[in-house]
Amino acid sequence: MSDPQARVVIVGAGHAGGTAAALLRQYGYAGPITLLGDEPIAPYQRPPLSKAWLKGEADAESLALKPVSFYAEHDIVLRLGVKAVAIDRTAKVVRLEGGEAVPYDILILATGARARRLALPGADLKGMLELRTAADAEALKAAIGAGKTLAIVGGGYIGLEAAASARALGAEAVVIEVLPRVLARVASEPLSSFFQDYHRARGVRFELGVGVAGFEGEAGHVTGVKLSDGRVIACDAALVGVGAVPNEEIARDAGLDCANGVVVDLEARTSDPAIFAIGDLTNRPMPLYGRAHRLESVPNALEQAKQAACAIVGRPAPAGEVPWFWSDQYDVKLQIAGVPFECDETLVRGDPAAGKFAVFHLKGNTVQAVEAVNAPPEFMMGKQLIAQRRAVAREKLADPTVSMKEVAA
Amino acid sequence: MAKITYIEHDGTEHTIDVKPGLSVMEGAVKNNIPGIDADCGGACACATCHVYVDDAWREKTGTPSAMEESMLDFAEGVEPNSRLSCQIKVTDALDGLVVRLPESQH
Ligand SMILES: Cc1cc2nc3c(=O)[nH]c(=O)nc-3n(C[C@H](O)[C@H](O)[C@H](O)COP(=O)(O)OP(=O)(O)OC[C@H]3O[C@@H](n4cnc5c(N)ncnc54)[C@H](O)[C@@H]3O)c2cc1C
Ligand code: FES
Repeated sequence: MSDPQARVVIVGAGHAGGTAAALLRQYGYAGPITLLGDEPIAPYQRPPLSKAWLKGEADAESLALKPVSFYAEHDIVLRLGVKAVAIDRTAKVVRLEGGEAVPYDILILATGARARRLALPGADLKGMLELRTAADAEALKAAIGAGKTLAIVGGGYIGLEAAASARALGAEAVVIEVLPRVLARVASEPLSSFFQDYHRARGVRFELGVGVAGFEGEAGHVTGVKLSDGRVIACDAALVGVGAVPNEEIARDAGLDCANGVVVDLEARTSDPAIFAIGDLTNRPMPLYGRAHRLESVPNALEQAKQAACAIVGRPAPAGEVPWFWSDQYDVKLQIAGVPFECDETLVRGDPAAGKFAVFHLKGNTVQAVEAVNAPPEFMMGKQLIAQRRAVAREKLADPTVSMKEVAA
Repeated sequence: MAKITYIEHDGTEHTIDVKPGLSVMEGAVKNNIPGIDADCGGACACATCHVYVDDAWREKTGTPSAMEESMLDFAEGVEPNSRLSCQIKVTDALDGLVVRLPESQH
C-alpha cells in the first residue's frame, strides 16, 4: 500500500460500495473512509426485494448489509441522501449536488445500475412501477394486495420473481414479453419453457411475442397496458422490468474509459490509477472466457469489492471466480454458473417435467455455463468444471444415473 | 441474546451476542467477522457460509435439509460436522455455540 492515510472515498452506498468499505476495515485499513450514497438508507441487499421481502418473509433489518451502528463503530463516514454529480480528476475531488467538493486520494465508483425506462405514452402515470430500490419495492408491495392485477412488462428474472411474489400475495399477474419466450436474453430455451409452465400452473398469464405500445390511465393512474396488436391488458399497476443501464455518466464525463460500463482491470482499476470501479457499473475482464463483460449480480459485486480492497491495502489479488447467479421463484431454486459464450451445444441432464434438471452449455468438450433447477450437485460441480476448463465426457454428463462426482472424476 | 463464538482458521476467536431469529451466518456477517462470505445472503445457494459445528452443539443445531446437504456435499473440506451457517437459526438454546471456520469459502 502506498499511503496508509490515503483518503478513500466511495461513491454509491449499495452492495458493492458497502462491501468495499467493510472489507477495507476487515483487511486492516486504518485511513479515512467516506461512503457517499444518494439513497436515504444504509447499504442493503436487493435480491430479497423481489423475493422474500416482497412476500413479507424478510424485514428491513435483515435486508441491511450491516447494522446502522456498524459504520460509526468502524470509523466509516456514511453520508446518505447525497448525490455525486462530477469527478474532478485534476483537483481529486468529487462534487456533490449542491456544490460541496469531497477530496479523495483513492476513489471507488460503485454507482450500480438503474432500471431501464420505456419512452412510451403513459409511462409517467401513477401506478407505473420499477424495481431497483427499497423505495420501489415498497411501492410495488403496496400495489399487489389480494384481488389486484399487476401487469409486468418484461419477462426477465425480476419480472418473473415479482410475478411469483404477487401470486403468493393473492394478486393476479400478467407478464408481457416482446420476445417469444421469457428469460430469452439470459437463459436457454428449456429453462424458459420450464418457468413459463411453472408460472402458468400457478395462475400467471403470459402475453409473449407482443410489444407494448403505451399505457392507458384514468385520473392520472394507470388502468391498462396497450399492446402493439391493439389489445389492452387491464391492470391496477404496471411493473416495467426491461433491464438495467449502468450509472456511468459521472465516470464518462470525467474521461474514464467506458463501454457499456466503466472499463476496469482485474484489480477493479479504471483507466485512472487513482480510481477503482466495482459492481453493476463495470465492464470487467472475464479471464475464463478471454473477453470483457458487464455482469449484474451480487457475487460479481462482492468479487470486485474484494479486488479493489486488496489492491488498496496491498494484499495479493483474490483468486478468480466463476461468475454465478441465483433466482428463487415459488419453491424453485435456480442456480446459474458461468456465461454461455460461444457455445456449440446445450445438453439437458435430468427431466424438466420432474422439476429437477440442469442445462449444460458446452464449447467443444468444456463446460462454459450451467443452469441448474433444484439441482445443487449439477450447479456446484458444474461451477468447478467451468473453473477447471477440463474436457468432460458428454455421455456421462447427459446421463443422470452417473453422479456428478463421477462425471468430474 | 445468544453468545456465539466464531473461530477463524488461524485460531482467532470472536465471541459476539447474536439476536435470536437471525442465522449464525448473519451474526458473523453483520459483525464483519472474516471467514464467512455468504455470497447469496442466506438463500442456501452458494455454500460460502460453511462452518464446522463444535461436537457438543451438533444435536442442538439440528439436521441439515436435503437442499443444504446436497450443497454441502460439494463444498471444499467437508466434515461430518459441516453446516451452512445461514441455515442455522439462532435461538436462546444456542447460547454458547462454538463454530469453526474453514480455511477458505471459495
Ligand atoms: C429486485 C432485484 C433482485 C435481484 N436479485 C438478484 C439475485 O437473486 N442474485 C444476484 O446475484 N443479484 C440480484 N440482483 C442484482 C444485485 O442486486 C446487483 O447486482 C447488486 O446490487 C449490484 O451492486 P452495486 O453496488 O453495483 O449496485 P447497487 O446495489 O445498485 O448500488 C449502487 C448505489 O449507488 C447509488 N448511486 C448511484 N449513482 C449515485 C451518485 N451519483 N451519487 C451517489 N450515489 C449514487 C445508487 O442509488 C445505489 O444505492 C437483483 C437486483 C434487483 C434490483
Ligand atoms: S449464505 Fe449462501 S448458502 Fe449460506
